[in-house]
Amino acid sequence: MSTVTATTAGPTTGPTTGRPAYRVTMGRVVKAEWAKFWSLRSSWITLGVAVVFLLAFGLIRDWRYTVMMNAGHVHDPEVLDANAVGLSLFGLNFGQLAVGVLGVLVTAGEYSTGMIRSTLAAVPRRLPVLWSKALIFGAVAFLLGIVGAFTAFGIGTGILSGSKAALGFGAPGVLRSLIMAGAYLALIGICAVALGSLLRSVAGGIAVLMGTLLLVPGLMELFPTSWQNNVSQYLPSHAGDSMYALHQDVHTLSATSGLLVLAAWTALALAGAAYRLVRSDA
Amino acid sequence: MIVAQQLTKRYGEKTAVDRLDFTVKPGTVTGFLGPNGAGKSTTMRMIVGLDSASSGSVTVNGRRYAEHSAPLQEVGALLEAKSIHPGRSAFNHLNSLALTHGIPRRRVEEVIELTGLQSVARKRAGAFSLGMGQRLGIAAALLGDPATVMLDEPVNGLDPEGVLWIRNLLTGLAAEGRTVFVSSHLMSEMALTADHLIVVGRGRLLADTTVKDLIRQSGGDTVKVASSDPARLREVLAGPGVEITGRSGSEELEVTGLAARTIGLKAAEHSIALFELSTKGVSLEQAFMELTRDDVEYHGSTTVPTAHHAEAVEPVGSAV
Repeated sequence: MSTVTATTAGPTTGPTTGRPAYRVTMGRVVKAEWAKFWSLRSSWITLGVAVVFLLAFGLIRDWRYTVMMNAGHVHDPEVLDANAVGLSLFGLNFGQLAVGVLGVLVTAGEYSTGMIRSTLAAVPRRLPVLWSKALIFGAVAFLLGIVGAFTAFGIGTGILSGSKAALGFGAPGVLRSLIMAGAYLALIGICAVALGSLLRSVAGGIAVLMGTLLLVPGLMELFPTSWQNNVSQYLPSHAGDSMYALHQDVHTLSATSGLLVLAAWTALALAGAAYRLVRSDA
Repeated sequence: MIVAQQLTKRYGEKTAVDRLDFTVKPGTVTGFLGPNGAGKSTTMRMIVGLDSASSGSVTVNGRRYAEHSAPLQEVGALLEAKSIHPGRSAFNHLNSLALTHGIPRRRVEEVIELTGLQSVARKRAGAFSLGMGQRLGIAAALLGDPATVMLDEPVNGLDPEGVLWIRNLLTGLAAEGRTVFVSSHLMSEMALTADHLIVVGRGRLLADTTVKDLIRQSGGDTVKVASSDPARLREVLAGPGVEITGRSGSEELEVTGLAARTIGLKAAEHSIALFELSTKGVSLEQAFMELTRDDVEYHGSTTVPTAHHAEAVEPVGSAV
């Protein structure tokens, strides 16, 4: 049992000379969280699902458009207002669900399994853990969104070529929309990480996230139209839509404002998560 | 070195830990003993900063745990067996903890070897048996080569081989000069490993003592002696600190404060024939129950009084 090396010979306590000088740093916590993220099978599977959703649903939508065009439904509003960006990024609505679930798992999963006790015993200052998780998952979701959006659009233009909706990468606003799609997924991912940490429950985190993205916009229809016009655009889901839409409608934010509004929601969620992480017992 | 000063944890009306004062010193194994729900785990969670103290303080090697720049090097803690993600392999679990401190990969391999996990290190930790999970928790505790090792109920659910392994590990760590702090609700287990004991009940400190002293305080080592002339033996043995009891008409005496060897020699010196001479050691388990009886009964347990009256059923399984 003396394999633990002779570094603490004698009844000495505390940092003794001759012992390796370990130290917790922000960079190391990021490295550790990076290793933790990729060492779980659920991360790979969920990211795979997100890519499939992102590509498959966009391409199906592109294909459906060409079918409708060829069948002569040219005056159908679905066909009339369509553009290659909107069609190809249709999968984003579904990809965001997979990204959101994984984001919640990144934090709330630690509470449901008990891993959080090991994590916080290693980093008792706690906040670096939250920042690292948000940073890593935001970056992963951003890259996934960028790659997914460019691929979907790239293949999409092939499917749509010759149609009225066809656009090239060089068309005005296209690159901005595709990059914003990545930014949108990154912010949704960070929101999910924050909600998981705030609620400490996988089911609760997913429910709140899905409710915010899918149910709240529907609930807005219960309010008077003037309210809807003024308030709806600031909801996370609508602000997000504005980010990557090629053309903005009336009563929607500009892409930049959409980004700022969604970033503000994300910051709010992170602040709540940070508050609870520091204040309550783990 | 762990120092608790007036350490208190309240959950609303309930006080889980009530003004605890104690010091855990390096170089020995200190047992942290108390019935279930006595506040042992809460105290340990406060030591590593997972729970914050309602009032009072606890420091490790002179500072609060969170204030150390390399906490895993100060305290290695095994809190509950399930402080892992079941989907991660043992190696990846340990490695991710090591990365936060810049602990080299070599050290990760070292603790895996030390805890005998080589063959399962790449398997999902969720599939581990209780014993393997416990070993993984201990590997994590030893990762930072910590000056203080703190284990919460490490032998719970282990097979005899595992229990023996933990026992040797603990004494080995203490012999290396480390501070070893181990909680248990099993007095019989503590009797075999701990030198020093901190006993708590309902969050309050009941005793801060050595194993020997605890036994002596709660009845001590009684020697039963039967002789041909109990009255004369009484006179011979009488002295300061010696207590002798016996029923009149019976040839049996019960002596505390003298070793069996001394009694035998004195009897021989005065030519008193002895028929029986035996040390009736109060089991540590009994001493413990004596100490915590009030605190356990408060919880409405009915099993304790029975176990208390039953003479030294050793080793008694559980206090509750």
